[in-house]
Amino acid sequence: MLGRLSFADIPVDVPILVGTFLGVAIIGITVLGLITYYGKWGYLWKEWFTSVDHKRLAIMYVVVGLLALARGFADAIMMRTQLALAYAGNPGYLPPHHYDQIFSAHGTIMIFFMAMVIMTALFNLIVPLQIGARDVAFPFLNNLSFWMTTVAFALINLSLFVGEFSQCGWLAYPPLSETQFSPGVGVDYYIWAVQLSGVGTLLTGVNFFVTIVKMRAPGMTWMKLPVFCWTALCACVLIMVAFPVLTVAVALLGLDRYFGMHFFTNDGGGNQMLYLDLIWAWGHPEVYILIIPAFGVFSEVVPTFSEKPLFGYATMVYATCAIMVLSFLVWVHHFFTMGAGADVNAFFGIMTMVISIPTGVKLFNWMFTMYKGRVEFHATMYWAIGFMITFSIGGMTGVMMAIPAADFVLHNSLFLIAHFHNVIIGGVYFGYVCGMNFWAPKALGFKFNEAWGKRAFWCWFVGFYVAFMPLYVLGFDGMTRRMNHYDNPAWYPWMLVAEVGAVLIFFGIACQLIQIYVSIRDRNLAENVDVTGDPWNARSLEWSTSSPPPPYNFAIIPHIHELDAFMHDKENGIDTRHAGGPYEPIHMPKNTAAGFFIGAFSFVLGFAAIWYIWWLAAIALVGVFATVIARSANHDVDYYIPAEEVARIENEHSRKLMAQAAE
Amino acid sequence: MAHDTTFADAHSEHEHHELPTVFGFWVYLMTDCIIFGSLFAVFAVLHNQFNGGPTGKELFELSGLAMETALLLISSITYGFGMIAAHKGEIKSVMMWLAVTFLLGLGFVFLELKEFAHMIAEGAGPDRSAFLSAFFTLVSTHGLHVSCGLIWIVTLIVQLAGTTAISERMMNKLTMLSLFWHFLDIVWICVFTYVYLASMI
Amino acid sequence: MSNDHSAHSESGHGGAGAYAIGFVLAVILTAASFMIVMGHSLSPSGTLMAISVLAAIQVVVHLIFFLHMNTTAEAKWNNNVFFFTLMFVAIFIIGTMFIMTNTAEHMMSR
Repeated sequence: MLGRLSFADIPVDVPILVGTFLGVAIIGITVLGLITYYGKWGYLWKEWFTSVDHKRLAIMYVVVGLLALARGFADAIMMRTQLALAYAGNPGYLPPHHYDQIFSAHGTIMIFFMAMVIMTALFNLIVPLQIGARDVAFPFLNNLSFWMTTVAFALINLSLFVGEFSQCGWLAYPPLSETQFSPGVGVDYYIWAVQLSGVGTLLTGVNFFVTIVKMRAPGMTWMKLPVFCWTALCACVLIMVAFPVLTVAVALLGLDRYFGMHFFTNDGGGNQMLYLDLIWAWGHPEVYILIIPAFGVFSEVVPTFSEKPLFGYATMVYATCAIMVLSFLVWVHHFFTMGAGADVNAFFGIMTMVISIPTGVKLFNWMFTMYKGRVEFHATMYWAIGFMITFSIGGMTGVMMAIPAADFVLHNSLFLIAHFHNVIIGGVYFGYVCGMNFWAPKALGFKFNEAWGKRAFWCWFVGFYVAFMPLYVLGFDGMTRRMNHYDNPAWYPWMLVAEVGAVLIFFGIACQLIQIYVSIRDRNLAENVDVTGDPWNARSLEWSTSSPPPPYNFAIIPHIHELDAFMHDKENGIDTRHAGGPYEPIHMPKNTAAGFFIGAFSFVLGFAAIWYIWWLAAIALVGVFATVIARSANHDVDYYIPAEEVARIENEHSRKLMAQAAE
Repeated sequence: MAHDTTFADAHSEHEHHELPTVFGFWVYLMTDCIIFGSLFAVFAVLHNQFNGGPTGKELFELSGLAMETALLLISSITYGFGMIAAHKGEIKSVMMWLAVTFLLGLGFVFLELKEFAHMIAEGAGPDRSAFLSAFFTLVSTHGLHVSCGLIWIVTLIVQLAGTTAISERMMNKLTMLSLFWHFLDIVWICVFTYVYLASMI
Repeated sequence: MSNDHSAHSESGHGGAGAYAIGFVLAVILTAASFMIVMGHSLSPSGTLMAISVLAAIQVVVHLIFFLHMNTTAEAKWNNNVFFFTLMFVAIFIIGTMFIMTNTAEHMMSR
């Protein structure tokens, strides 16, 4: 009846997990209790969970991303603490079985559910606003994407308390991840979480690609498209190209496990190396999917706070596109040591080094933007400058490892770990935090607290160097990744330093949470409220609407004359908003619960398939199809906002603008 | 997906835009194309890993393959006639052609399942060798797509029944299903060429 | 509907004639492929080459007559996306063959 699920699968004998469970349960019950006490369930359901509004979905994505950050970081600091203890005969406090699950979960969660999710949040918040559109091309699919991602995250966290998680690293390499060596449910949790979130990501990619290609405001030709939208476009292309390959790779692993096939097994003619080829044909574009939008964020932030247009807009666009194309010509550099010959390795090594050229172009563009600019040292700029320094170092260690001969020494060592954290933290994470600080007023209507933002930056910045520079040294000293304990006395001091760095990063995250709390607490103070919708005197269209924008974004679709459309309008005295109208009724999509139900059925499908509860899986699958078909038969999907309502909202904003100007 | 009209309306006064619904579906189909491309790459790598088991030459029968191919090809042109009828607004005729396409597609899936059942009964199932794993996965992924297409056809026939005019939204759905159905044909061309015929050489 | 009619010419939809031409060509090309393989008249590599060429032509036939690909301004982005996909699939399949064949030789695994 319950497949292979039994009470023995609930890990009541592991104190860490029981403690975590109690903590999560207490917080969860408190939150649910508060929602019930204040009677907010109906509000949440009607206004948020079923919402197809890209701005609301963005905020929900950020919430999920921050939860993932908390989970992923908890894993990280547990690993660092283990390695600070487990030296010279001390086994540490995490047995290998548990430790292996932690590093697998850390990587999976940080990439799929922290980085990807916050990136999607930024896409949702900014892309439609920057191109002057009222919503994305497919608002319902946007809601569905959110729920697919969210249920996948729920599934991966469920593995903490029911069963176990994969112990095969964040990419679940076979043959270790095959049934023969991993008979438990861990890898199955991994497979289903990755596949479900992959559906969400793929739909997001298609959705935003179509949005940018087809729904730009009149006059916005390609070379007038803001750089963030260019980077979003390139990231979406990479998503659409790379994620199907991931789907295939993980699906084939699943077929091996569920049906005894022989794609990657040791016997039967299987070939593990094929899995590496497939997974990295996704994996390398994936890191560019993450970093390219971060480049886009800096390209918006640096000009705004330097009070200058971006230096070399065209080169920035070409560099982004070049990186996009090159990024799927380099995937072998993740497995130079697999055994291919010099011709294969040389080709992919050289292609890898070539990527550093357009990336260098970008760095120089940002620096020349600041050069002779009036740079304001806002917290957002701290993250941007911290990025330029840190990412350069990370990029250079990357080029070192692009040399196949050097990679034979450094492969799978802590040097590699240091390198990719250097680019993922110093590039992706700094970029997204920068973007969240920059666009928070647009999403929420008030600015984030400066002081706590700077404290968060310094803790993260210093913490990063203290935590990861020792890993470069340890990599040269021959320490491999994923080690549970060690005996080498030369490594021990460096591991202690790295632990201190992890603690500093912990303070960084704490400062960020305090920053959010303080900002919400002080949201009504005059210096924090964003009345005008343009708190930074910024350049692109998203700042021309109110903060937060009305549901329809633009009462009258703006006409684009120049790059940096809003700045052009401000300088030439053009009213981008066309205040005063005349307004027309605006056609809007209705909220829908279909995305939530498809997500919920998919969650049940995943859970049932993990535990071999086939009757339940069948019901859930029918549920998914039935919801899709019911949705396709539903004709009540849109409504009009009457012109009077539009006029009322717009006039109110105009009044506020005038009151502000009068002060 | 119906609210896409909203946004096209917003633009229509300035410049003509095709509705993004169909374009969006085309983009999705291209991602599907990459799924098939990856499966073909996997088949290419594993196509001679027989593990001492039967080879394609021993297993495949060209007569069955020709029959399946014929069914799919004919279903393509019947769907085409359905689209022509749809553009003329002849609902009864559309439903008739969709039903014919459905039957042909069903025949294809039936023949494929029969072939699979026969192979599995002979001990040449997907767990026999890497070659057979790759074969079954590639061909049945195509078959699953055809089956989803069949469900879609039935859905559209039911939605068409009782209507008096073909709405813009319905036309979009018919166009998207058309793209889907013809796309599966193209995949099948590659399947019968590189999976079946190439194994018979 | 009205939108569709104004947007596409008859060739955009494909009339019965276009479908019929496409169908006849598809049947001829498919039959030729089958016949070449069954006839065993060419060398193995020649056969593979011949059926590859026939498949490629047939794919183009289907694209033009059934999927109505065309070169109008409206179809520009459909074509861009298609050719980009084609490029990626080519890179991926050729790259995979290159990597896996080379690895197999060096590792003597095949």
